[in-house]
Amino acid sequence: MGDEELLARLRARDEQAFRELVTRYQHSLVSVARGYVSTRASAEEVVQETWLGVVRGIDRFEGRSSLKTWLYRIVINRAKTRGVKENRSVPFASIGSDDEQGASVDADRFDGMGMWRETPEAWGADPVGLITATETLACVDETLQRLPEQQRLVVTLRDRQGWTSAEVRDALGLSEANQRVLLHRGRTKLRAALDQHLRGQEG
Amino acid sequence: MLGVFRRRKLMCQQLVELITDYLEDALPRREARVFEAHLAMCEHCSEYVVQFKATIAATGRLDADTIEPHVMDDLLSAFRGWFDEGPDLRSAGVDPDLR
Repeated sequence: MGDEELLARLRARDEQAFRELVTRYQHSLVSVARGYVSTRASAEEVVQETWLGVVRGIDRFEGRSSLKTWLYRIVINRAKTRGVKENRSVPFASIGSDDEQGASVDADRFDGMGMWRETPEAWGADPVGLITATETLACVDETLQRLPEQQRLVVTLRDRQGWTSAEVRDALGLSEANQRVLLHRGRTKLRAALDQHLRGQEG
Repeated sequence: MLGVFRRRKLMCQQLVELITDYLEDALPRREARVFEAHLAMCEHCSEYVVQFKATIAATGRLDADTIEPHVMDDLLSAFRGWFDEGPDLRSAGVDPDLR
């Protein structure tokens, strides 16, 4: 069922459509909200309020943006407001900032010629098997929360939620190039964190 | 980034900054070929790219769990109540959510 159809059915008070919408978006809405507020419980409340706003606003939603763009705008606005009220101090130090310049991989890793000083150590014979481990995913989730806001949003929507680049640019008002830079920096930091995590397990 | 390709040679340090551009199909064709040629020759960068892709895949698996039944039940019962209460008139007209 596409979002258009969901929207029509939601307007008709179709409970099954609401269930579908929640299944599709609950996790990533909580994860987006989590970056702005102080606790997970608080993020879940923001998402609950978001659903309420969706249900109450559905008849007046003009459909100028897509349903999911609308959904994420609501959750981001509400979570930001709530975060300000909570006077949220960032629970973890943020890794870098959105307007950082320069290389995303530490220049010390390369020699004067720009070649690797040391081989990036392999993650083992089965990197795909490795990443399905619960602790590995917990590490990704935690690191994601520590990314600067724009990087976190872009990576969450693109890689976690599977949005297209056009959808993310539309929802966040980013240029194509800017979206790619933020995505790349975010991914690079996640890879580095995973790398450290996996080595820590070995040693 | 164009300067990177002027010499038709790509250093590892440059390649690692271009992976997302490559994966997004944002590199011009000739530059994509230089990227691929480097990768074919360089096991270090190959390993790095494998890890980069594995990281993307891991991020995509974060939400694989299903919603806990009690969360869904709470939301569904709230859903019925919300419609019974009718629209939220306080925010009618100047609702910042409606754009």
